[in-house]
Amino acid sequence: MSYFDIQDITVSFGGVKALNNVSFSVDQGEIFTIIGPNGAGKSTLFNVISRIYEPSSGEIHFNNQNISKKKAHQIAGLGIARTFQNLELFENATVLQNLLLGRHIYRKSNLLNELFFTPKVKKTELEHRLKVEEVIDFLDLQHYRDTIISGLPYGVRKNVELARALCTNPKLLLLDEPSSGLTNEETIDLGFWIKDIQSILNITVVMIEHDMSFVNKVSDRILALNYGEIIATGLPEEIKANEKVRTAYMGE
Amino acid sequence: MRFIFKTKYDQDINVSRHSGDRFWYSLLIITMLTMPLLIDDFYLGEISYICILAIAGIGLMILSGYTGLASLGHAAFLGIGAYTHAFLLTHGIPFIVSIPIVIIVSFLVGAIIGIPILRLSGMYLAIATLALCFIAEHVFIRWEHFTGGNRGLAVPSEEILGISLTNSTVFYYLCLFFLVLSMFAAINILRSPTGRAFVAIRDSEIAAQSLGVNLGIYKALSFAISGAFTGLAGALLAHYIGYLAPDIFNIFLSLTLLLLIVVGGMGSLHGCVFGAIFVGFLPQLIAICRDYLPSSIASQPGLEPMLFGIILVFFILYEPLGIYGRWMKIKLFFEMFPTYKKQTFKKQKVFTKTDRV
Repeated sequence: MSYFDIQDITVSFGGVKALNNVSFSVDQGEIFTIIGPNGAGKSTLFNVISRIYEPSSGEIHFNNQNISKKKAHQIAGLGIARTFQNLELFENATVLQNLLLGRHIYRKSNLLNELFFTPKVKKTELEHRLKVEEVIDFLDLQHYRDTIISGLPYGVRKNVELARALCTNPKLLLLDEPSSGLTNEETIDLGFWIKDIQSILNITVVMIEHDMSFVNKVSDRILALNYGEIIATGLPEEIKANEKVRTAYMGE
Repeated sequence: MRFIFKTKYDQDINVSRHSGDRFWYSLLIITMLTMPLLIDDFYLGEISYICILAIAGIGLMILSGYTGLASLGHAAFLGIGAYTHAFLLTHGIPFIVSIPIVIIVSFLVGAIIGIPILRLSGMYLAIATLALCFIAEHVFIRWEHFTGGNRGLAVPSEEILGISLTNSTVFYYLCLFFLVLSMFAAINILRSPTGRAFVAIRDSEIAAQSLGVNLGIYKALSFAISGAFTGLAGALLAHYIGYLAPDIFNIFLSLTLLLLIVVGGMGSLHGCVFGAIFVGFLPQLIAICRDYLPSSIASQPGLEPMLFGIILVFFILYEPLGIYGRWMKIKLFFEMFPTYKKQTFKKQKVFTKTDRV
């Protein structure tokens, strides 16, 4: 079995089948991109992986574990982190607090020693902070540590969300439209970062993306979805040449 | 204007951010400690009452201001704290033992009630907590063995180290002590992982969940912690009132607590104290104003609730951040003096956030 394996996932909302028998697998260390027109079921797929939606059938395996019966809050602990299409940041908290929340799964304290803020709690807080600082350096967020999210420009917010996901020390990173709403320069930076996440941090990346030039530049393999069904998988060149993808998504 | 030059990560964790903080808060503590020399017993009693309200405010603030869960039933926890405390005292358990028991009992009650109730959200949660308030009031009336029913329950005058609590100076110091203690406890919880998880739940449940926050447990925990603080306030309130009757812990008291945190400023611990001062002194202010009003208005019943309501509406409309928010603006005005901009506190409108996940 491969590193990350989706087997026959079907999701239906009432009569609508958002995903119909979707199966694919991702190898360790790969950048795997999912493309497809609006309503193809891309975000639904992510929400199934992070256990927010319950699939009507199918199984998901990650790292030789069946994760399709786990609870939503257990997913982060398994090493899967994600970002959201419409930014789900903690708006009224600072960047630092947002990133520290990425360390939530590594907390060691309980309510009683937090109540007295014992030296042990402080020590683990400082350890978390060190990790957060690494991510801050990695994504150039030094200027924004103490800024409240609601005062940040959109591009930086996107970046903070990526940073927060990285703070969980993931093995698999799910990025939901990471480049949407970014300027050209920000998109170029993001491309480098995603490559670095793959090569330096050794994280497997699965992303949903619309910007085809960005997708071709970054991805190792691409999967195209339409109406909840897979229409093609393959290398970027193969997808570009694929007749079905051209008619369903890119347009002639 | 002060520039804080950070050289250690500790500086982001410590309670006081800089020497100015330490100076002003020490000054405040010294003033509070010398208060009994400066003012008479009546006002000392009022300030004790404000301290009690502030402790209850901290409780509700953690639940509503930090975890984002509304509660219209917090008077129930005040009642649970007060009755448990009075019951224990009448059975000969000393004050020092009784207080921790009260805190544990209200914590557990909060957790037990919290687990089913917190599956609801928004308006439905508000209604459920409202029901909690009514149910608690009825339990206080019916469970006569425990509460004395409608006849009420006298709170024994207690002594600590041989000094009677009926002495207003002693009681004042006691309330102040518990307020400072509660403040530190609340600050500690809020700067550690648990407090951050609360804020996460408030701002985005879905993101909190995907970062590994167990929503059920943390919501129940928030309710329990909130209950514990409010229960402690209830125990002190029992001494302040002296005689417990079920109708003290009614919906109006719950609304007063809500008014307290909204007027004080949602999401700030300072707000609990500002709000408590406001709510504590408002009835006095109304009483004083009554003398100058025409008798047709002054003798109207329900003048107080009406004014409370009007003030709540005005705060929500014009200063949603409460007194603390206003205080921050005034502070910034002087710090930035010639270059202050109103826009600093304007939130950017974000149109990207939708109900989609």
